[in-house]
Amino acid sequence: MLNDRTRDYYAGGLVILLGVGVAVMGERYQVGTLTKMGPGFFPTALGYLMAFMGVLIAATNYMNRAAGPAPADPHGGMKHFADWRGWGCIVGAVLTFIVCANSLGLVPAIFLCVFVGCWGDRNATMKGSALLAAGVTVFGVFLFWYILRVQIPIIRGW
Amino acid sequence: MNGIEGLMHGFSIALQGENLLYCILGVTIGNLVGVLPGMGVLSAVSILLPLTFGMKEVPAILMLSGIFYGAQYGGAICSILLNLPCHPPHAVTCLDGFPLTKQGKGGVALGITMMGSAFGAAFGILQMIFFAPYIAKVAFQFGAPEICSLMLLGLLAGSTLAKGSPLKGVAMTILGLLLGLVGTDINTGVERFTFGMIDLSDGVELVALSLGLFGIAEFLKSVNNTASVNMAYAKVTMADMRPSKAEMKLAAFPILRGTIIGSLCSCIPGTGPTIASFVAYAAEKKISKTPERFGHGAIEGVAAPEASTHSSVQGDFIPTMSLGIPGDAVMALLLGALIIHGITPGPRLIVEHPDIFWGLIASFWIGNLVLIILNVPMIGIWVKMLMIPYKYLFPSALFFICIGVFAEKNSLYDVGVTLFFGVFGYLLLMLKFEPAPILLGFVLGPRFEENFRRALIISRGDMNTFIDRPISAVFLGLCALLVTAQIYVRLRPKKKASLIADVAEASHAADASGVAGE
Repeated sequence: MLNDRTRDYYAGGLVILLGVGVAVMGERYQVGTLTKMGPGFFPTALGYLMAFMGVLIAATNYMNRAAGPAPADPHGGMKHFADWRGWGCIVGAVLTFIVCANSLGLVPAIFLCVFVGCWGDRNATMKGSALLAAGVTVFGVFLFWYILRVQIPIIRGW
Repeated sequence: MNGIEGLMHGFSIALQGENLLYCILGVTIGNLVGVLPGMGVLSAVSILLPLTFGMKEVPAILMLSGIFYGAQYGGAICSILLNLPCHPPHAVTCLDGFPLTKQGKGGVALGITMMGSAFGAAFGILQMIFFAPYIAKVAFQFGAPEICSLMLLGLLAGSTLAKGSPLKGVAMTILGLLLGLVGTDINTGVERFTFGMIDLSDGVELVALSLGLFGIAEFLKSVNNTASVNMAYAKVTMADMRPSKAEMKLAAFPILRGTIIGSLCSCIPGTGPTIASFVAYAAEKKISKTPERFGHGAIEGVAAPEASTHSSVQGDFIPTMSLGIPGDAVMALLLGALIIHGITPGPRLIVEHPDIFWGLIASFWIGNLVLIILNVPMIGIWVKMLMIPYKYLFPSALFFICIGVFAEKNSLYDVGVTLFFGVFGYLLLMLKFEPAPILLGFVLGPRFEENFRRALIISRGDMNTFIDRPISAVFLGLCALLVTAQIYVRLRPKKKASLIADVAEASHAADASGVAGE
């Protein structure tokens, strides 16, 4: 998907996109002059500078492409597979927390957040996940509800 | 207040019950975070940051700082015994630390590390006592243009000297500056980049940004991707840690040299402990009469980088406290914590808040002492901590992130913002961007814009004001020098004889050793 030859084209592209987007938005906030700078001056200037950086990132990649062999570790510690399970469970855990804290209360929010997170690991077991979730729930309620008084009811509707 | 007086005052602050308690708590948490593979200092400081809002500012700062330097002690244990470079400054320690462990000398390596750390830290603190007030005094005379140029230098150094591609670093810094602008513009009241969302009119929360980038993004990267931990050699008792006379002799000068390199590195904005440790290792290898021993368990290869890390960690506080310019992302967070507690960072901090400045320095002495006590007699406990598997660590940490972000403003919206930055941060990691400069830019962004605008209002729109004023011109000159040097180094990468090449080599080797376990 992303190898050393093409990665920096995407990287440069992303930076250009963000930079131009910011600059275009910034221009709408009244740019002003150097003496009387409007709120749009700084973002617009930074946006164009950022887009320029993006061009440089892509350009240096083009220049370096021919030179030198690929490094020994092309992934640089990154995953070389699409880990949908891990990603899904981590994002899911945070979403679970948001939804549960809003509708069910602190105890279910902690328990389900940790429990969902656990399943992101490929060696997760039902027992281990449940035990960890229960342990963190007890500790979390004690620390955040009992001592620090976080503003979420233990269980909503009580 | 001069050094001795200030220090006395500092101890009277730091030894107060509450302050002492939080200092000890901070270094203990730091040490734990350092030991646990897969946990970072940045995420630990960010998780605890919202919990300090209810506290007074002195204990809050002492605790957050304690996490930072405490983690350096723990990180060394992880590197030496497990060969896991989970903390960037200690990655280079793996190279010789783990071979020593394999030879059954892991304890000695740790013992030498502790000595080097204590010495390096002590030197760094002394440096702060003598230099920080002096730097602040000079900085008193800075006007808006000088502050602007200095910030530019700090940002440029922070983004180009750190790990990874300098161009990408600059791009990330700009992104950070822009993120700092989100919200209501203080001069005109215009809402910028809020996309019509009321929750964003106060800007992006520092905690949400840093926990997204350094917490969630890091988990997305590490889940199912951690190196298998080799616990076979991780058995150390206190008795093993005592080095022989010959080993002490071998390590004495490397410790001294490492310390000096570390303190020099901390003087250059943007070069944090990671660079310091790599430079120290490379320099030690260079001057050694037997460079072939390096990588196979040379005690110098452990002593020098560790001493260097610690002196630079303490020295890192100097620009943060005396100028209000953070050298790296952790310092940016600490600066953010000061701002949240209503303290304006900058040269006036030492005079206006002597309790914080001198209390912090005194707490460094206390904290380092506590760390030695924690690590030498109780090493067995920390070694046991190494065994906590990642699969239990990250789900628990996820909950702490959620509740930490929520607690800041009782806002679930911010938890969503954190998730957004987590996913975005992971995308950046996949494209090989280093997210640390984002935080630097984010914290400095609003002040940078404010001073830039002010400088140009005073000069009536004349950009020459940045060059006409001598101090500002010097800073800009240094910026130009930095950029030129970077280009020069990149364009002639084939020269292997330079120190920079050695540093690069060491960092490559350290990177490779981390991935080798997969």
